[in-house]
Amino acid sequence: MHTIAESLVVAAGLVGTFDPRLVDIVRLSLSVSLVATGLAACIGLPLGAAVAVARFPGRGLVIAVLNALMGLPPVVVGLLVYLLLSRAGPLGRFGLLFTPKAMVIAQTILIVPILAALSRQIVEDAWSEYREQLTSLGSGTLESAMTLLWDTRYSLATVLLAGFGRAIAEVGAVMIVGGNIDGVTRVMTTTIALETSKGDLPLALGLGFVLIALVLLLNFAAHATRAWSRTRFG
Amino acid sequence: MRREPGPGPVSASRRATGGLPIVARGVSCVQGATTVLADIDLTVARGGRTFILGPNGAGKSTLLRILHGLIAPTAGIVTWNGATTRPLEQGMVFQRPVLLRRSAEGNLRYALALAGVRNGDADRRIFEALNEVGLSEVARRSARVLSWGEQQRLALARAWALDPEVLFLDEPTASLDPGATRAVEKIVADIHARGTTIVMTTHNLAQAKRLADDVVFLHGGRIAERTPVDLFFCSPRSQEAAAYLEGERL
Repeated sequence: MHTIAESLVVAAGLVGTFDPRLVDIVRLSLSVSLVATGLAACIGLPLGAAVAVARFPGRGLVIAVLNALMGLPPVVVGLLVYLLLSRAGPLGRFGLLFTPKAMVIAQTILIVPILAALSRQIVEDAWSEYREQLTSLGSGTLESAMTLLWDTRYSLATVLLAGFGRAIAEVGAVMIVGGNIDGVTRVMTTTIALETSKGDLPLALGLGFVLIALVLLLNFAAHATRAWSRTRFG
Repeated sequence: MRREPGPGPVSASRRATGGLPIVARGVSCVQGATTVLADIDLTVARGGRTFILGPNGAGKSTLLRILHGLIAPTAGIVTWNGATTRPLEQGMVFQRPVLLRRSAEGNLRYALALAGVRNGDADRRIFEALNEVGLSEVARRSARVLSWGEQQRLALARAWALDPEVLFLDEPTASLDPGATRAVEKIVADIHARGTTIVMTTHNLAQAKRLADDVVFLHGGRIAERTPVDLFFCSPRSQEAAAYLEGERL
C-alpha cells in the first residue's frame, strides 16, 4: 500500500514518462468521448435550434423535458443502453455490449439533452434579436435555425466543450455498458474507480491528474473562444 | 414647392410581380389590454415617400410592421397588390441595425442568397451597394464591430443590393449623430431615386420636411390626418398634428 505522498510521486512519474498503459486509457477515453460529442452535436444542436425557432403545440413541454433530461443519471442511461444492447434486447444481435461503441452510444444519449437544451437557450436569445430581420428577408424556419446555429457558433463551441466535459468525466454509464475490460473498454473514470477500490493509487491519481488537466484545458478553451469571438465578431 | 413622387427606373419584373399598392382596411392591433392601432385605413401607392409621424406610443412602428407583413393585425386586412400574402420584394431597416456575425460583405451575400441572387450577379450588387454607402473599405471587416452609423449604412446597403419594391424604415436615424443622419438620408434618397417606394417613421421633423412626399400623422393609434408634406407643415388639418408641431406634449 503506497502512502499518499509516494502515490503522488509515482503518479507524476507515470504522467511524465507517458506510461504506455496510462496513454492507452487516455487515448480510449478521448476517442470515445470525442465521437460521442460529435454524434450528440449532430443531433442536439439542430434539435435545440429547431425548438428555439419553431412554434408548435407542446413546445413548452418539449423545453421542460429537455431541461429535465440535462440531469439524466448516468447509471440509468447505462442500464437502459445495457437492456437495449444485451443479447435479449432489441439491438442484441449487433453484439455491441461491452465494446467502445456501446460506450459511445451511452455517452451520446447522456449529452444530447445537454447540447439541445443549452443550444436552444443560446439560439432562442439570438432569435429574439434577429427574428424580425430574418423574417423580413424571407428566411423560413429551417433557414433561420441554420443561420442562427452558424451565427452563434462560438457560444455553441462552449456548449460542445461542456458536453465533452460531461462525457469524459462520466463513469456510471460506461462502466455498465463497457464492462471496464482491461485494454478494451477501460477508460479513465472506470480505471480510477477500479484502481482506487484495489488500493492501487498511483495509476488512479495519474489519470486523475490528466482528467483535471483536461477539464481545466476545456474551460480555458471555452473562455478563450468566447473572448476571441467577442473581439473579432462583436 | 412639393416634390412629386419620382417613379424611377422600376424594373419590368418588379412591375409584373409587385406588391403595390399596399392597402390596409379597418386594421386594428390590440396587445394585451392596450389598443395600439384602431381602424386604420391606408393605401401606399407606388413611387412615393410616405412618412409616418406621431408622438411616442402612437403606433408608428406597429403600423410599419403590419404594412410590411411582419405582424398580423388583430382586426382588418392588409393586401399587397390584392394578395393577402406578403411579397418578398420588400425590405426593412430597423432603428437598431440587425447584422449577422459575419463580414459586411457576408451580410449582403446572405441576404442576396435568400433572394436567389448568387455568383457574379451577387458580387456585382455587393460591390455597387458597398460603394453606394461608402463602406467598400470595410467590406471584409466583421459587421458587428463597425460603428453604429456604419452598421446602419450597411443595413441600407443590404436594402440597396436587394433593390426592393418597397423599403420600410423604422426611425433609422434615431441613434445617429447629424453627420451620420445626413449620410443615411442621402442613401434613402438614392434608393428612392432608383424607383423604390419609401415608408418611414421618424421623430425628426426636419428630416420629414427634407425627404417626405406625404405625411401620415398617427395619434392614439388612429390616423389623425394624411397630408402632402408641405401642407402638413404649413397648415395641418388636425388639432393633434398642430399641437405636435407646436411641440406640445400629446
